[in-house]
Amino acid sequence: MAKDSQGVLWEVFVQSKPGQPHKHSGSVHAHDREMALQNARDLYTRRSEGTSIWVIPAEAIIASSPEDIGSFFEPANDKVYRHPTFYHVPEGITHM
Amino acid sequence: MTKQEALFNYILRLADNNLILGHRLSETCGHGPMLEEDIASANIALDLIGHASALYQYAAKVEEKGRTEDDLVYLREERNFFNSQLAEQPNIDFAYMMARQFFTDAFDFHYYNALKNSKDETLAALAVKTHKEVTYHLRHSSAWVERLGDGTEESHQRMQAAVDELWRFTEELFDMNETDKILIAEGIAADLEPLKALWNKTVNELLEKATLKKPGSVWQQHGSREGKHTEHLGFLLAEMQNLHRAHPGATW
Repeated sequence: MAKDSQGVLWEVFVQSKPGQPHKHSGSVHAHDREMALQNARDLYTRRSEGTSIWVIPAEAIIASSPEDIGSFFEPANDKVYRHPTFYHVPEGITHM
Repeated sequence: MTKQEALFNYILRLADNNLILGHRLSETCGHGPMLEEDIASANIALDLIGHASALYQYAAKVEEKGRTEDDLVYLREERNFFNSQLAEQPNIDFAYMMARQFFTDAFDFHYYNALKNSKDETLAALAVKTHKEVTYHLRHSSAWVERLGDGTEESHQRMQAAVDELWRFTEELFDMNETDKILIAEGIAADLEPLKALWNKTVNELLEKATLKKPGSVWQQHGSREGKHTEHLGFLLAEMQNLHRAHPGATW
């Protein structure tokens, strides 16, 4: 198989407004950090989607695996008191 | 030459520069070295054609002869185009594209910054908008020139070849004629003479970072201000104008 010349994979996180968290938008190929940033800009923010971009080498992301679902997430299911559903949220509060 | 004629010529030259380089870049759409770069080049081509479109509309308005943007683009002959010869140079390889783009972006960056002070409100407003886009174009092309120049042996050699080959079209960017003279006196045009030092600084700094040699004094091409071009423009126009000439008045 021919060697892939597209560069390594970077994950792209875009912030839509100041103060908002950066959200995962997708990924790009690039050979260096500046190229990754520029490619992310060209692919994900050309239509005013963003005010800030993060790019992170995909290999630097540590992800849980599907087998972890049981031990990681299910214990929370029966502990209803962990959910903030007993508080009254005042009107006018956004981004909760 | 009246002031109105000078202004029309001046806007037309600006528009032609943007259109021809934009068209050249658009030819590579679908042929980029990698998907992301393909999109980046197409984006820049669109930016340039966007500038051209706004400028042609303004030129048509200034001329007051009832011509439209399309008339100016599709129905002029080669000798009536005033874009720099650099803009029309073909896409020999990716290094050529980036050298051509970098020399142009470095010029445009300083030029549009100066044009922001134009007494012509429309040109000043267009300059503000254009300068923002060009700032990104320059960052993009600079990064590539540096990456290829300071890259592998082959990329260095190809980047240097492109810089050497295109160097003879760089002096022309600063040529001025009667049109400039009239409009500089009116405070409308930007004087290109003081831009030389700024352009040289930008170019020298990057070539050094990219470990590329600045070409020595070579024969410099001139003539686009009088509509003289290299053989490449005719082919470009033939392709670009073909549809409109075969189907006069065709619109999207």
